[in-house]
Amino acid sequence: MVFWLRRRDGLPGLSISIAFTLVWIGLIVALPLTALVLRPWQDGGAVMLRALHDTRMYAALRVSFGCAALAALIDVPLGLLLAWALVRARLPGRRAIDALIDLPFALPTAVTGITLATLYGPTGWIGALLARAGIRVAYTPAGIVAALMFVGLPFIVRAVEPVLRGLPPELEEAGLLLGASPLQNFRRVILPPLLPPLVAGFSLAFARCIGEYGSVIFIAGNQPFHSEIAPLLIVVRLQEYDYGGATAIALILLLSALVCMTGVAALRRRVSRGLVARGAA
Amino acid sequence: MSVQIQSLTRRAPNASRKMLDGVSLTIEDGAFVALVGPSGAGKTTLLRTIAGLDGPYEGTVLVDGQVLAGRPMRERRIGFVFQNYALFRHMTVARNISFGLDVLPRGERPDRGAIAARVAELLELIQLPTLGGAYPDQLSGGQRQRVALARALATKPGLLLLDEPFGALDPIVRRQIRRWLRGLHDQLGLTTVLVTHDHDEALEVADRLVVMQNGRIVQEAAAETLDAAPATPFVMEFLGEALEFAGRVAHGRFLPDDPNVLSFAVGAGDGPATAYLRPHEARLVAGGGAARAIPLTGGQGGLRRLAVALGTREVEILVLPERLGQAGTEGLGLDIGRARLFRDGAPLAGAPPVVTGQELPRVTVG
Repeated sequence: MVFWLRRRDGLPGLSISIAFTLVWIGLIVALPLTALVLRPWQDGGAVMLRALHDTRMYAALRVSFGCAALAALIDVPLGLLLAWALVRARLPGRRAIDALIDLPFALPTAVTGITLATLYGPTGWIGALLARAGIRVAYTPAGIVAALMFVGLPFIVRAVEPVLRGLPPELEEAGLLLGASPLQNFRRVILPPLLPPLVAGFSLAFARCIGEYGSVIFIAGNQPFHSEIAPLLIVVRLQEYDYGGATAIALILLLSALVCMTGVAALRRRVSRGLVARGAA
Repeated sequence: MSVQIQSLTRRAPNASRKMLDGVSLTIEDGAFVALVGPSGAGKTTLLRTIAGLDGPYEGTVLVDGQVLAGRPMRERRIGFVFQNYALFRHMTVARNISFGLDVLPRGERPDRGAIAARVAELLELIQLPTLGGAYPDQLSGGQRQRVALARALATKPGLLLLDEPFGALDPIVRRQIRRWLRGLHDQLGLTTVLVTHDHDEALEVADRLVVMQNGRIVQEAAAETLDAAPATPFVMEFLGEALEFAGRVAHGRFLPDDPNVLSFAVGAGDGPATAYLRPHEARLVAGGGAARAIPLTGGQGGLRRLAVALGTREVEILVLPERLGQAGTEGLGLDIGRARLFRDGAPLAGAPPVVTGQELPRVTVG
């Protein structure tokens, strides 16, 4: 038997669960990923080489990762505020807001995309206002960021909310009684325990935003080298029947995402010091 | 630091219920006062109000003769220890302790070396000199409790407020820590207010007990006075096991309703009355009635438990082990001459003076 299985685990049917999990991960995640890793090389190394020298691909990757990171980053304070309002402030209509936050999850991404494109378009409600101020959002990277912010926000809110709810109010009172100013109290007492869920929410939002397609393409304008995202370029290559090229981009996208996620995971471990129970010293 | 509270009233939010109802209390400089009472009595609310936590109230709260409301926390010189300790989990023990110093404005903040020295001194004081680098989650309950205390003491407060600080500790650690705390109080010249629902704890550690019930102070006195002259039957029952005997006063004697309980002389006016006494204060008198005594298992303080079957009910009293031989004897009477008498919830004037202290019960053979 596998030695690391604990005999009395809280979960019933542990061995069945493990077996099921392994099969599941194998079939649904590992197998397609393996195919993805192998596929670009089937048409010879030349395809991969050509993909690696494609400046349009690098531009698209830059747009995808840059916009995803920026959108997720802007979402962090917004999400924290929203979660705070949900947990601490006794807002009227709290339940309605609570339900609305999850809406981006349920909405077909194309619907989101079309809605946002209409809103931010030159004649849209927000777009017209912004145009008067000389700001163009639709068909620019700013539009991409706007769309990704919409998609990513629920991840931050839902990651922070339970932790915030579990934070004893005495912590803040202790900080104040010890003489901390409200700002010091926020920075030194409240924020640190919220950092791990904030980073976790950021990483979820960031990951989702890298792969986001439907909500972006309507508002992005999709100009190569300017507002074309990597997932769209993959679709473009597929439409050109360049399967090797498409999977090559996909592979590079996958590897870059992997590197980013590893970095974020390391950051999360760093900010979790002391907050995760460990053995006695 | 002294605390004067005058007719303090606080209402629960969105409710007319009064959490504190006209509380007046004076705590002298250097006193160690325990607020005791059942849950919901308003002990914690009173403590939090003294600390300046929570919202508005009616009445006045003066600390060292000054109103605290509106003054910055760091000028108040109040140390507070929460029931759940409220340690900062993301900081090491040392950083937790130095928090109050770290947040001082640059001009007032001691330099790094001085802060480190103060932390080392406090770690020594709480007897955890090697745990400065540990995180709170790595500590035991008793250790966390002491770290919370050290954190509250770092800024040298004059007034220390403790909200059920020993609640989560096992009995042995509890006893050690409260003795240590009492020593600390004397050593540092603090004024300490402790909230607890455990009367034994309060009796052991505090100079003075403030008994609360339903948002009011029922009685405020030294431990011996509380036991000898409780203000209400509630205080009597809250401070320990109490036996209750209904009866009436007539012609200068208390006449219990139960014929097997002996009457005794009182200097009170005629009328109904209720007698309360501790199980160890009751005595058995041979030939005094028709009661029987049956030995029970258990006992405390070297005394043995005895069930006394009276006419209509059975009461449990505590007697010396060598008197257990009386058990089983028929025709006993119960002498409750040391009882406190109450009429309509108030002590009866002229009730006999009660002998205090640990006088041992005797079985008198008549």
